[in-house]
Amino acid sequence: MLRREGLSKLTGQERYVDDLPLEDFLWGATVRSPAPRGRISNIVFGDGVDWSEFVIVDHTDIPGRNAVYLMEYDQPALAPGYVRHVHEPVLLLAHPSREVARRALREVQVIVDVDPPALDFRSLPSPDLIQYGEDNVLKRLSIQKGDVERALAESPIVVEGVYETGAQEHVYLETQGMLAYLDDDVLVIKGSMQCPYYVVKALKPALNRSEEEIRVIQTPTGGGFGGKEEFPSMVALHAGLLALKSRVPVKLIYDRTEDMVATTKRHPSQIRHRTGVDENGHLIAQEIEVVMDGGAYVTLTPVVLSRAIIHAAGLYHCDNVRILGRAMFTNSVPYGAFRGFGNPQAHFAVERHMDVIADRLRMDPVELRRINMIRDGQTTATGQVIGDGVDRLQIVDRALALSNYERRRREHWLRNSEHRYLRRGIGMSAFYHGAGFTGSGEVMLDSRLHVEGHPDGKVQVLCASTEMGQGQITIFIQLAADRLGYDPAEISIAEPDTHRVPDSGPTVGSRTAMVVGRLVERACDDLCRQAGAARGAPVKDAIIAWHSAHPGERLLGKARYEPPPGIEWDEENYLGDAYGAFGWAAHVAEVEVDLRTYGVRVLDFVSVQDVGTVLNETLARGQVQGGVAQGISWALLEECVWKDGAMQNGQLTNYIIPTSGDLPPIRVEFVEFPYEHGAQGAKGVGELPLVGAAPAVLNAVAAATGRQPTEIPLTPERLMALLGNGDR
Amino acid sequence: MSDGRSDPLRISFTLNGEPTTVEVSPSERLLDLLRYRLGLTGTKEGCAEGECGACTVYLDGLPVDSCLVPAYQVRGRLVETIESLDPKGMAHYHARGTTQCGACTPGVVMTAEWIVRHPDRLETHTVRELMAGNLCRCTGYDGIIEGVEGALGDREAG
Repeated sequence: MLRREGLSKLTGQERYVDDLPLEDFLWGATVRSPAPRGRISNIVFGDGVDWSEFVIVDHTDIPGRNAVYLMEYDQPALAPGYVRHVHEPVLLLAHPSREVARRALREVQVIVDVDPPALDFRSLPSPDLIQYGEDNVLKRLSIQKGDVERALAESPIVVEGVYETGAQEHVYLETQGMLAYLDDDVLVIKGSMQCPYYVVKALKPALNRSEEEIRVIQTPTGGGFGGKEEFPSMVALHAGLLALKSRVPVKLIYDRTEDMVATTKRHPSQIRHRTGVDENGHLIAQEIEVVMDGGAYVTLTPVVLSRAIIHAAGLYHCDNVRILGRAMFTNSVPYGAFRGFGNPQAHFAVERHMDVIADRLRMDPVELRRINMIRDGQTTATGQVIGDGVDRLQIVDRALALSNYERRRREHWLRNSEHRYLRRGIGMSAFYHGAGFTGSGEVMLDSRLHVEGHPDGKVQVLCASTEMGQGQITIFIQLAADRLGYDPAEISIAEPDTHRVPDSGPTVGSRTAMVVGRLVERACDDLCRQAGAARGAPVKDAIIAWHSAHPGERLLGKARYEPPPGIEWDEENYLGDAYGAFGWAAHVAEVEVDLRTYGVRVLDFVSVQDVGTVLNETLARGQVQGGVAQGISWALLEECVWKDGAMQNGQLTNYIIPTSGDLPPIRVEFVEFPYEHGAQGAKGVGELPLVGAAPAVLNAVAAATGRQPTEIPLTPERLMALLGNGDR
Repeated sequence: MSDGRSDPLRISFTLNGEPTTVEVSPSERLLDLLRYRLGLTGTKEGCAEGECGACTVYLDGLPVDSCLVPAYQVRGRLVETIESLDPKGMAHYHARGTTQCGACTPGVVMTAEWIVRHPDRLETHTVRELMAGNLCRCTGYDGIIEGVEGALGDREAG
């Protein structure tokens, strides 16, 4: 099936929040902190604009609790006199003219008595920098398996490595934006978001309003990648505060620079590995320490750290594993959800480290992976027994075959010895990603979904899942059509509107097709039952007949999440079944390094993925290619430049994401191992492809240069430092 | 008292084939004129500095970033936006996964269709090179390039 809203997007007819026709409204603007930490001593209003024309909101205008609530109440909606990061919101302004509103931002001076900021997450803070708990640690987590001390002591070879990753900005092409207005007593919020019910959850305590008094509607969303998971709650709250005070509609649309410097990013990380191996390369012990920069507020950091440590040992079997994780408070813009959610950092480290181990043992990195790769019946670091029947070696072999791995290696060896300044290399990564929420997370979400049969026989799916480009609308129509034996043209997806659709959980974590898609199927079954459709008979006729017998009533098929049997997770000790299903994959990257410019060019990229049943080949392939592109770019190009806690390069001219000319064709193949509890056998697809891209690229650079890069982004400057001058 | 620098200017130009007369301020961008005053919201703002191409329109037949064009400069000229394109020409883009989130898409399609109308450019450049002025964060570009190649194939065949 073709993308349902595809033509609307291709012809420019799709209406995003900033495209909605609107009259007599105000443009909102956000006054932000210039300093990373300190007390606000004064706010000076300049005379370049007429302030009587403005609506101005500060923290005293917040009717309820001054917080953007998701996991904790620690993050203020507007700074109440003290700031903890640069660009922290302080005041909100609204004016009928966007230009005047923007000009006003330059007329407000927030004066901060600066306290020393904590800006380095890698080291433990000195006493004057402590601002969270006793040691600025936002969250500590650990996993223990076997006896790591003893096993390391007995290992004939111990290989150590420290791996670092930088912040990454989402750069969804549509910036954050919200519209807020009052409809009688109901505050209506419309905008770009992944999770309408997260917005409701945040607005309730801050605005002292019930769910009935807050109506959140997702507008078509121009990309999310996690950046529109939790952050839109902040934008919605700000727009809502302005609308409540001004009593007119307020539109709050970030421009690109504001979006880049002031919103969440991928957590920077530093990950240490100490690995015990025998002479043949068998893993004896893995000791891993994961440290992440959480930024100035908790947001989703504990869950990101959790996913990172669960995946940190890679897809290998090892009897002795200890993983310690900590996320640090710093006076940085809070880090948040980003596609992969901690797992890309974990896999960058472990998959880079596998190549470092192979180099040390003078062993083929593929062979090292092959002999250690987890097999059915073996356990992960949390003790989860893998038994999904997936042939992980087949995935690796397919990726090697498609990329001509062996032949390329020989060709590179010859070519590199002859060429004056170009060095080619090929590298691989093998990796996995747990789909859906961790542990008992899906049970807590308690997702619900309805499928409604209308009197004309048409069917509509009512859910809070959102389309942000990944294809949710199309997939859900497809699933419902297949389940009901319908023509997809007679099925639609309701606008995600919290006054109309049930809470199907957030659109995150590679859970939508697998988990919520399964609810679509079960709600369709319930619809058939309720309509009294006999097996094999057309459901449409039954729906029409039901309505004749029940005029004026609604026919709703309902489904509520039920956990698959046999999943047991011990949240206290981080033991057991962390995920119901894992997606498995392998990447191969071929690169060319230019020793004159230290530029790295990716020449070829092959991705082989097991995402369970592929529901829609074009959409799934697009997810993989887009995820790989983001991963390559994280590895080589995307660098946030910081000064005193402020991002210095908040523009697309100096924060570089790839153009079509910077990327090779990304060749994708699926190997399908259906998951019995996912919709039609599907597992998650959204995050997996990004997870292993960076290590594959850097492993190729290592093969090309004979050096072991450990830090991304591997910019020309970093590569120059690594290669030194003697390598020409 | 006006210093004359911000006085509105009255300009006429051809927009999607229709003669159009509007008053614009000297600092107004073509992008804002189209989106906020003429209701043509298909043209998107992505970066506001000519880097991403989401706001691509044709000015006298050439693709330009409308965020960088002062509105008064289109006086007497031909402006075409995504709304001027025939939806029937979108089949290849639709089938190959050219669009995902859709925010870059109108700009991508404007550049793509320009390549399709000027296949002679392919004598010196590849589709991948010609599309490099439009940033997309979703597709990794393969869906875009294959869409353009599909549309070019139609043109050759037809």
